[in-house]
Amino acid sequence: MIPLSHYLILGAILFSLGVFGALTRRNAIAILMSIELMLNAVSLNFIAFARYLPQTMLQGQVFAIFIIAIAAAEAAVGLAIVLGLYRNFKTVNVDEINLMKW
Amino acid sequence: MTIQLGIFYILAVFTVWAAAVVVLGKNIVRAAVALIFTFCGMAALYVLLDAEFLAAVQVLIYVGGITILLLFAIMLTSRISSATARVINDQVVLSAIAAAGILVGLIYAAMRGIPALSGPPRLPETTPFLGRALLTTYALPFEVASILLLAGMVGAIILARKE
Repeated sequence: MIPLSHYLILGAILFSLGVFGALTRRNAIAILMSIELMLNAVSLNFIAFARYLPQTMLQGQVFAIFIIAIAAAEAAVGLAIVLGLYRNFKTVNVDEINLMKW
Repeated sequence: MTIQLGIFYILAVFTVWAAAVVVLGKNIVRAAVALIFTFCGMAALYVLLDAEFLAAVQVLIYVGGITILLLFAIMLTSRISSATARVINDQVVLSAIAAAGILVGLIYAAMRGIPALSGPPRLPETTPFLGRALLTTYALPFEVASILLLAGMVGAIILARKE
C-alpha cells in the first residue's frame, strides 16, 4: 500500500505551485486557475485521509464534495467579475487595475 | 503493491508537470488546457484512493464545467497583442520564498507530524454511503450549499450582464 505521506507531499507540492501562481501571475484568469489548483490539492489531502483513517466514515470525501461545489460557485462569480473588469478597464492584468491603490 | 506504487509515481509526475505548465506557462490558453490534464490526473489519483464517485464528479464538474468556463472567459478577454507580454509580475522572488516556505513546512509536517496510518485494505463501495450521509448527517450543509450555488448563479448573471 502507498504510504499516506506520499499523497500529502504531492498535495503540498501542488498547493505550493498554486500559491506561487496566485502570487505571481498578472492575468486575473490565471490567478483563478491557480486558486482552483490549490483547492484541488486540499481535496486530494481530504480524500487521502478519508482512505487512510482507521474508521471508514468518509467525512473527507463529504468535505471534498463541498469543496467542489464551492469551487464551482467561486469560478462562476470570479469569472463574472473578470468580465466586468475587462468591460471597465479593457485589461485583465491585475497590476494595471490600481484604481483603489494609493 | 509495487505496481500500485509505480502507477502512483507516474500519475504524480504527470499531475505536477501539468500543474507547473498551468502556473509557469506563458500562453494562457495552453495553461488552461494543462489545467484539464491536471484535473484528469487528480481524478485518476482519486480512483487510486477508492473514491470512484469523486473521480467522476471531478471529471464532470472540473473538466467539463469549470475549465470550459475559464476558456470562455479567456476567449472573451484576451487581446491578441498581449501574446508576447510579460505574464509574471514584479514580486517573483518574494512569492518564490513564500511558496517554498509553505512547501517545506507542509512536507515537514507530512513526514513528522502524521503517524503512519494504514487504513482498511480496501474501502467498501462508497457511493451509497456518500448519498446516505449527504441526506442525513450532512443535510444542513447540503441545503446551504445549494442555496450558495443559487446565489452564485444569480450573482454571476447580474455581474456579467450588460447594463
